[in-house]
Amino acid sequence: MSLKGAGYIVGAWEHPTRKATDKSVTLLHAECAKGALEDAGLTKDDVDAYYCAGDAPGLGPMSMIDYMGLKVRHMDSTDVGGSSYQVAVGHALQAIQTGRANVALITLAGRPRSEGMATGTAPRAGNPAQAEMQFEYPYGPATANMYALCAQRHMYEYGTTSEQLAWIKVAASHHAQHNPHAMLRDVVTVEDVVNSPMVASPLHRLDCCVISDGGGALIVTRPEIAKSLKRPLVKVIGVGEAAKNQAGGETELTYSAARWSGPPAWEMAGIKPGDIKYASIYDSFTITVLMQLEDLGFCAKGEGGKFVMDGNLISGVGKLPFNTDGGGLCSNHPANRGGITKIIEAVRQLRGEAHKAVQVPNCDLAIAHGTGGSLGTRHVGSTVILERE
Amino acid sequence: MATVQRKIPFVGTPDTNPETKPFFDAANEEKLCLPQCVDTKKFIWYPRTISPFTFGAVEWKQVSGKGTVYTYSVMERANPPYCIAYVQLEEGVKMMTNIVGVDFKDIKIGMDVKVTFIQTEDGGPKMPFFTAA
Repeated sequence: MSLKGAGYIVGAWEHPTRKATDKSVTLLHAECAKGALEDAGLTKDDVDAYYCAGDAPGLGPMSMIDYMGLKVRHMDSTDVGGSSYQVAVGHALQAIQTGRANVALITLAGRPRSEGMATGTAPRAGNPAQAEMQFEYPYGPATANMYALCAQRHMYEYGTTSEQLAWIKVAASHHAQHNPHAMLRDVVTVEDVVNSPMVASPLHRLDCCVISDGGGALIVTRPEIAKSLKRPLVKVIGVGEAAKNQAGGETELTYSAARWSGPPAWEMAGIKPGDIKYASIYDSFTITVLMQLEDLGFCAKGEGGKFVMDGNLISGVGKLPFNTDGGGLCSNHPANRGGITKIIEAVRQLRGEAHKAVQVPNCDLAIAHGTGGSLGTRHVGSTVILERE
Repeated sequence: MATVQRKIPFVGTPDTNPETKPFFDAANEEKLCLPQCVDTKKFIWYPRTISPFTFGAVEWKQVSGKGTVYTYSVMERANPPYCIAYVQLEEGVKMMTNIVGVDFKDIKIGMDVKVTFIQTEDGGPKMPFFTAA
């Protein structure tokens, strides 16, 4: 039975903070939950299902359910990094469709900026019982160099250039100038990006997303409840999730899991990439965007560089407006996880509530795709397609 | 300019995951041994002893230690900088490593490389690295 239309996103709220020195991670989660419920016109007592991921402190959902005083009958803490929240939307749809949930709350929050975390450039030693740890950690895999490995290979196979990648940051910066909460609001040029310091070749500082505190929350509910509320109707019409990794040593780094998470979502939705009016595309790095655009079918494999050039991703200028809040590249990457803010901006666009300078006219179909984990080793791609009803 | 070799960290001990100890025992003797899937004859990276291709058995085998650079990235923000890479061995499998003893500007995708071994910090095992062939 298709999940198409099984649920609507009725609440979507992004925390305005980008530096939360005076707030705990749990408080940020709760403030996001409160914001999303108020946005939906619902209350805490209406929530009967809760979803969180690894950014929530404590043991899965148990700790946050306690802190927020929730009473739920369904919970899920699938943690696949930054794409966990797209996955949660799909899982919430399943719970709603099978009668195990009416109002699902999804939260994300974190404060890596206040904690002074070298998010992208410091290798993190994990539990040595994690099977790959002893065979990778000695080689210094951080976040930035793992995505850089993909960029380098993509350049080699398809002739993609640093200037083409830079256009992705340029587009994000054009959008971020209108977002008062964005960390980076200055419009940048291709030259600014390629002349910024090299972090992990071939990725420059401005190819990377920001490190920010903050969070976001979503409320997903069944059609009858959605239609009883006073908010514009944003229907979930397609979901897909897929994991990609080194495949036992047959590693291929020029495509992402979007190649597999996209098709079931497109099929469920019954639409094709050309129908999409607005795209939220996970933007931990510029290369992430380029590869996902190809893998989701917005252009042919290897053509991403040409596709993103000359402002093609800028709202009002190009054919595919993307990340009109400034995205992770310029606005916000709370908890080092950008999945939920992708969905939130897609909801804003479908409601007509994006900033007027970036609002896509007659925006009725949008996609919000996430990539969590590390593109150079193992990651999960998750796709959500939304329709304004 | 010659590159400065960073200290190589290791986490846990070669006994942490007992079944992969043959990899470290071989590395300490400066031999590169990888598990090979008995059914498909494919070598496996990262090492494990249940085949991710078939769930069947593996055999530990010494491999050539020769290959080419599949992709690489120089982490300029580290001190000292280092070059992480995937090398594709002659046997077909791609493994994560660092390229060492080569000027960063001379590292290219497709270049021929051969294995070399470096002792990890704090009494950890030797690990395989790659340098120009």
